[in-house]
Amino acid sequence: MISCEEAATICNKTQYKEASFLEKIQLKLHLLFCSTCAMYSKKNAQLTNLCQKANLQNLTEKEKSKMKQEIRNKA
Amino acid sequence: MTARKLEQRNGNMKVVKSNSLTFDEHDENMTVHQLNPDTWVDSYADYLFNYAIARVSDTEIAKDLVQETFFAGLKSAKNYKGDAAERTWLVAILKRKVIDHYRKINSKKGKAEVRVNYSSKSDADGDWLEEQIADPFSSFENDRLENEELGAAIYECIAQLPQKQSLVFTMKTIQGMSTEDICNELGINPSNLWVMIHRARTTLMGCLNQNWFNL
Repeated sequence: MISCEEAATICNKTQYKEASFLEKIQLKLHLLFCSTCAMYSKKNAQLTNLCQKANLQNLTEKEKSKMKQEIRNKA
Repeated sequence: MTARKLEQRNGNMKVVKSNSLTFDEHDENMTVHQLNPDTWVDSYADYLFNYAIARVSDTEIAKDLVQETFFAGLKSAKNYKGDAAERTWLVAILKRKVIDHYRKINSKKGKAEVRVNYSSKSDADGDWLEEQIADPFSSFENDRLENEELGAAIYECIAQLPQKQSLVFTMKTIQGMSTEDICNELGINPSNLWVMIHRARTTLMGCLNQNWFNL
C-alpha cells in the first residue's frame, strides 16, 4: 500500500499525464479506501479542467526580461 | 457659568470634529495607490497579456500592445491620481491601445467595406436573412466571456502564491514544459518540483473555491 503523501504526488502527476501505469493502479486502489484522497483527487481534476477551459497564455521569462529592459531604457 | 459650559462643550465638539477629520484623512491615505513601474512586468504582464489576447487573438500583437501599455503608463505616470488600483489603471490604458489597434488596421482603404449581399455566397438561392441570424441557443459568446473571467480569477490566485511556486506552476501548467526541462532550468530535482506543484495546487484550489465557485 502507498501512503497518502505518495498518493497525492501520483495524483498530481496524473494531472500532467506523467504517472506510470503501475502508479495509476496504486492510486486507484488507494482512492477506494481513502475518502480524503478521493476528495483531493476530485478537486485536483477540477482545477486541471478549469485551467484548460480558461485557455491561459503567458509570456515566457525571456520575453518578460526583454520587456523590463525596454522599460528601463525608456525611463 | 452657563457660558463657560457652552464654551467647554464647543471646545469638546471641536475636538471631536478635528478627531473625525484626522480619521478621514487617515482613511484617504490608506486608499491612495502608488505606481511602481519596476514591478509592473512581474505583477501584471501575464494578466494584461491575457486581456489583450482575448481581444486581438494574435500573440505577437498582444505582446506589442502590452509593451505599449507599459510605455504609455510610464509616460503619463504623473497624471495618475491614485484613486484606481495600479492594475485597473493599466487595463484602462490597454483598452485604449486595443481600440487604437483596430482603428489602425481598419483605416486602410477598403477594409471597412460593408457587404450588402444577403450572404457571402452571392449566388446561393433562398438564403434569407432569417436564416443568417445567430443561433439563440448558442453558448459560444457566453462561454468566451466566462472563460475570460475565469482566466482573470486564476491569475489573481497565482499572484498570491510564493514566487517560486508560481514560477514552477506556470511553467508546468501554462507553458506545458516537461518536468526535466524545468528541473534543468531551475536547478531542482523532480521530487522537489512535485512538492512545489503540490503546494501550489492546494493553495490554488482553496483560492479558486473562494473566488470562482463562491462556496
